Formats: sequence, structure tokens, C-alpha cells
Amino acid sequence: MAMAINSSAHRLVSPTNEPTWVRWTLILVGVLFMALFLVLPLVAVFSEAFRQGIGAYFDALRQPDALSAIRLTLLVAAIAVPLNVVFGIAASWAIAKYEFKGKAFLTTLIDLPFSVSPVISGLVYVLLFGSGSLLGPWLKSYGIEILFAVPGIVLATIFVTFPFVARELIPLMQDQGTGDEEAALSLGASGWQTFWRVTLPNIKWGLLYGVLLCNARAMGEFGAVAVVSGKIRGQTTTMPLQVEMFYNEYQGTAAFALASLLALLALVTLVLKTVLEWRFSDELAATGRGH
Amino acid sequence: MEVRVENVRKEFDRFPALHDVSLDIRSGELIALLGPSGSGKTTLLRLIAGLERPTAGRIFFGDTDASEKSVQERNIGFVFQHYALFRHMTILENVSFGLKVRPRSTRPPAGEIRRRAMELLDLVQLSGLEKRYPNQLSGGQRQRVALARALAIEPGVLLLDEPFGALDAQVRRELRKWLREIHDRTGHTTVFVTHDQEEALELADRLCVMSQGKIEQVGSPDSVYDKPTSPFVFGFIGESSELPVSVDKGDIWLGDRPIGIAGAQAQGQQRLFFRPHDIELVEGGAALAGVVASSRRVGGTRRVELDIGGAAHRVEIDLPFDHPAAERSQIAFRPKRWALFPAT
Repeated sequence: MAMAINSSAHRLVSPTNEPTWVRWTLILVGVLFMALFLVLPLVAVFSEAFRQGIGAYFDALRQPDALSAIRLTLLVAAIAVPLNVVFGIAASWAIAKYEFKGKAFLTTLIDLPFSVSPVISGLVYVLLFGSGSLLGPWLKSYGIEILFAVPGIVLATIFVTFPFVARELIPLMQDQGTGDEEAALSLGASGWQTFWRVTLPNIKWGLLYGVLLCNARAMGEFGAVAVVSGKIRGQTTTMPLQVEMFYNEYQGTAAFALASLLALLALVTLVLKTVLEWRFSDELAATGRGH
Repeated sequence: MEVRVENVRKEFDRFPALHDVSLDIRSGELIALLGPSGSGKTTLLRLIAGLERPTAGRIFFGDTDASEKSVQERNIGFVFQHYALFRHMTILENVSFGLKVRPRSTRPPAGEIRRRAMELLDLVQLSGLEKRYPNQLSGGQRQRVALARALAIEPGVLLLDEPFGALDAQVRRELRKWLREIHDRTGHTTVFVTHDQEEALELADRLCVMSQGKIEQVGSPDSVYDKPTSPFVFGFIGESSELPVSVDKGDIWLGDRPIGIAGAQAQGQQRLFFRPHDIELVEGGAALAGVVASSRRVGGTRRVELDIGGAAHRVEIDLPFDHPAAERSQIAFRPKRWALFPAT
């Protein structure tokens, strides 16, 4: 009798559900892991930054080196992100809406920066524009400095952040197909009108999502930029590089104050990303098509 | 506007989708391109629209050669199977789109655009919904918006690609009747693609039956239904049964028995086609005789499957619903209307 009741109760549980203790163990492991590896470091960054009080925090950020690093990071992002937006839209348009030879290859190529170590990406530019290369001295003879200057940092950043917008838009545009564009054209709209009035509004949230991730990475990139920047104080140090320099010089407060800005950027990005996912989930490719 | 398709061929990556198709579409008519999937009907429609370029051949709108014209220049109204409404625009904005994107010189003033759009929404019986977004409408309503949007640019030709394909049966029947009314009121030359023969027979002035990238037959619904010119059309339009027969001096034989039909023009091995309802029951004399294999009532008639010549051939006939047609009983009949096509 007891067996019978037991087995009927058992049947009410969905087959994909685990026993309670398994669920709690899994949740606990997940939470502990997150606390240890994500929350704790974040708390440490802010507590170290404010250890000597708010005054010291802002003084650290007002140092010329810190200010110039912030300025350079903003400048690099302001160039790299728009370029990658243009490139990302063009590439995803081509891949999603046209058939051509080598399409699979182009798709793989776009992913390349994800699979290559950032340090290697930086080294590629050193080989390409360094003093031992063909291009470097030639450009130098016209007074154009790439390596150990802002253009090199911008190039390395563009390379590293290159997939974010395209990766987000390709599945979205493939999913939307060409029906809306054909409808617009049949109604007499020109190619530009179709792009601005139909295609762009259809992908705007996905695009914003890609821009957000692209920007976060552009501002936070360390490896590739470290190789090409030459770390000239006040000239070619971005925020992540400056954090390292401060830290190596035992300026703990300055290092963590600057790091806290990057952490803050990450948090803001995270919040905006969550809002986008929550509000426009059906217009973002990355988060499935749940209605 | 008249549309003339002349010897049009279309290949996709060397794969032929249309072979040398010619078709005259009369001004003001409602014509259906009917065929199974892969018959090239949608390709033909998209070629007329200018959404695809023909590999060879020409397309005339009236007397002007439209082959080299872009889709924008052809002034067509296109309605898509999945509506393709602009999801971020209201219904009113969707309908006004075609007028708003015109160059300044030909664009009507904003008030006039709004008035025309409202008028069209009234025509498609959607007044009051102009502030809604497409995802707030039902499938049938969306397709009516799509039609209003296409009509807004006053197209010379209206092209509809399986316009009711994504809708359920009930809505489909309503919209069919309603499209016919709109057509009669506005008088646009209209071409629509469908794989649903019932839809084509009910709605169209003329049918263009297609199969495997070729036009099989063009004609009024009655002529296509009553006088199919090929085995394909006989099988595709309406229901039919087929028997392999031989003809000798005008008499039709199934195996070693005459089936009581005389007057055939052909000679030798032939394929006999007839429709389930075009038969008469006979008592005695030469006839097709079969054993009832199954019998079910379909609405007001009884559909009976007969095994003829043992189980070698199976045909379908319609009987009055109160006919007993018990299983395994014998039934003898003769086709009243039939057609012969040479056996291949």
C-alpha cells in the first residue's frame, strides 16, 4: 500500500525535475562560486579604492596620468565602436540577405578575434607596422606613427572588438529574412529609405545590445593594447594599462580608483544588457525567440 | 493594365525554375497561378513584380517593356504570404508608407496621405484600428492591412503570393469572398498565387495551372475543370480516378472487357480519367464493375472506393448518401464524362 502511494506521488513529479536536495546543492554550488569569483573581487575593488576616504579617491582620479588615461580610453572607444557598428551592419547585411561564394568563410573570419589570444592580435600589428616591417618605415617617412601611438591602439581595439556587433546582428537579420525589405521596395522606397525606415528600426535593439558589449570590451581591452601601446605615460596608456602601472608603482588607491571606474562601466553594461534582454527579448537574437 | 510574359526562363544556380513561359494577363482580370509547390508559380509572380530578374525572356506592362525596370519603377502592389508588415509602425503608418517615401515632387501633402490611408482602411474594414501595431492584430486583419498598404500606391497590377496560406480555413473562406468584392469594386488587374485549387476555382476569372516550371493549361475555372488538357491538370484540379485502358475502333476496353463507352477518337493504349461524380450506375450491359472496398459519407454524398479487376485498380465514385453500398457488394457504373490521354 505504502509503495503504491509512493509511486503515484512519484509520477506527479515532472521527469526532468531532480530531488530537492540535488536542486539545493546545485544552487548552493552556483551561488558560492559566483560569490567567490565575481562578487568578492568586485567588493574588493571598491573597498580598496575607498580605503583612504572619498577625498583620496577623487584626488587619485584627478592625477594627470589618470585623466589622460580616461581621455584616451574614451577617444579609442569613440573611434572603434562606430567603425565596428558600420562594419557589423554591413557584414551582417551581406551575410544574412545575400547568397555569395565564400559566405561561410567570411562568417568564420568574423569570429577570428574571439579565438585568437589578444596578445597575438597585438603582435600582429607590431609585425605589420614595426620598424622591421615594410609598412612601418614607409608610413614613418610620411610622418605617420602607428605603433606606440594612438592609431595602433585604435587598430588593435577595432580588431579585438570586431565580432560583437556582427555576431549579434547576423542571426537576427537571418531570422527576419528579406520580406520587409521586399515589401518596402515594392512600395517604391529606395535602397536608403528601406535601410533607414525598415531595416534599421527592425534591428535597433539588437544593435544597441551589440554596441553595449562592443563598448565594454573596447574600454576594457588590455592584452592587444598593451603590446602596441608602448605604455608611454600620459600619452599611450589606456585605463586598464594605467591601472597596472599604478599598481606596479604601489599606488594602491589610484590603481583601484581607476579600476573602480571600469568595474562601474561593467555594472552599468550589465544592467542595460539585462534591461534590453528583459524588455526586447523577442527582438534580440542572442536570447532566443520566446514569446 | 495588361501584363504580357514572353518566353520567360529563370534559373537559380543553374537549376531551372521556369522553362520558356508565356502568359497574357488581361486588363482588370483576376487570374490565379495554381500549382503544387515547386511548380514555379511564385517565381513567375516575383518575376512579374521585379523581385527576381529573368534569365531570358521579357515582361511587358501594357506596351512598355518592363524587363529592365526595377521593382520600384514597375508600380506594382505586392502582398506577401506572411504579410511583411513593418512591425515598428502603426497600421496607419504601414498603409501610408508607400506614399510617404515618394520624392517630394510627387508626394501628396501629409493631410492627403492620411485621408487616403484612412479611406483604404475603411475599404478593408479596419477603421478604428489605425493606431494599433501589427502584432496586436489577428492574421486575417494583418493580411487586410497588407492589401490596403499595397493598394495605397495605386498600383497598375496587384500581385498576391499565397495571400491566405498562413490563415485558418474559416478566415480563409471569408477573406476569399472579401477579396473578390474588393477586386470587383476597384478593378485592379490582379494575379494571385495559390496551391489551393478550391480557392482558385472560387475566386479567379481565369486559372493558369503550372507544373514543374511550365504552364499546363490556361482558361476559365469551368473550362479547366471540365476540359483538362493534360493528365496532370485532370489529377490536380478536382478529384479524379485513372484506369489504363485500350481503345479499339472507338470502343474502350479494360483488360479483356469493353466498359460500355464508345466514340473514342484515340487508338491503342490509353489512360482513362473521370471524376467521381461524373458517373451513372447501370444494371446489366457493358460497364465497369467493381467490389466496394470502403464507403464513407462526405456531407451530402457517399464516397465509395471500388476495386476493379480483383484489386488491380482502385477508383472512387460518388453515390447518393442513402445508397447502401455495403462492403464487398458489386457495383456497376459507366463514366458520363471522361477523357483519354495516350499512355506513356
